[in-house]
Amino acid sequence: MERVRKWVQVIVGFLTNSSWSFPFTNTIYQGPLKVICAPGLNCYSCPAATTYCPMGSIQQLLGGLRFALENGQYYFGFSVLGSIGVLGGLFGRLICGWACPFGFIQELLHKIPSRKFRIPRLLSYGKYMFLLLFVVVLPLVLVDEFGTGHPWFCKFVCPAGTLEAGLPMLFLQPNLRNTIGLLFLNKFVIMILFLIWAVFSSRPFCRTACPLGAFYALFSRVRLIKLHLDEAKCTNCKACHHVCPMGVKFNESPDDPECITCLACMNKACKFDAISLEIGGIPLAVADRGLAPASKP
Amino acid sequence: MNQDSRESRHKRPLRKAPFVVITAFLLLWMIGVATGEPSRVLEQAIQVCLSCIGIG
Repeated sequence: MERVRKWVQVIVGFLTNSSWSFPFTNTIYQGPLKVICAPGLNCYSCPAATTYCPMGSIQQLLGGLRFALENGQYYFGFSVLGSIGVLGGLFGRLICGWACPFGFIQELLHKIPSRKFRIPRLLSYGKYMFLLLFVVVLPLVLVDEFGTGHPWFCKFVCPAGTLEAGLPMLFLQPNLRNTIGLLFLNKFVIMILFLIWAVFSSRPFCRTACPLGAFYALFSRVRLIKLHLDEAKCTNCKACHHVCPMGVKFNESPDDPECITCLACMNKACKFDAISLEIGGIPLAVADRGLAPASKP
Repeated sequence: MNQDSRESRHKRPLRKAPFVVITAFLLLWMIGVATGEPSRVLEQAIQVCLSCIGIG
């Protein structure tokens, strides 16, 4: 099942970044597919991106809300919120585990042999701060003389944007290199720090700073597809604690907002069939019994 | 799928909350589409967002 998940990550990553004409055009894809919402965090200024990033778009819409309202345009971000809300209701953070390119990159980095460190649970609340403050409040409230707000998360934090869009665009458009300043340096340092952290800890950006992960986490109890714990079968052996890449103690918190439904606990740890995948309450699958060695979260 | 999971399939009721949530957000999406928001999203997404990539 882990191999299937890896293939899904590769395929979704490719589908959301399938415009490979940029070496000839030296710019990003500008076709009609960009009206489709990317399920994961995938910068729409990435040269190969064929979909829009929901976090980037919502910040842009909220930043331009005053200007839009003055012109009689009611762009509150409902279509973007509706898109990720439907995805959240269906899958929740399963998307982080199966369909986010930046999550996949972090997983690959974590495979580099090194000493592994846990991430304190307290830091997981940081992503909710980024969602509320950097994605909603600041773009909406802090506006310039034209009444336009800025995409604060994209502009000052997002390491996915720097990696997938900033660096490739600097390579493709040399004239942009003259405009590099403190802003880029700040984002570049943040990107490097998260990438290094990903070698030593599992998915640090997803767990501490991703606003899209924070949004999907809100659906942990009500999402259609999720893992189910059969308490009658659970022996509290805690084997599921040791394999979870997100540090979830599944038997203690089956609806944990950090669960990305990677199925590691079900397939690699639980020997008692206490964990199953369900759709709307109906069991879909039990473990495939492909027990594999555990990795430190 | 073993016998236990077949039994639990009958025991566990269908959860309605996901369908309520999905319907609510689908309605929200339709409202957004009705206001012409996707064309604005497309306008933004086909331009290189310099501030998004930390350059502008």
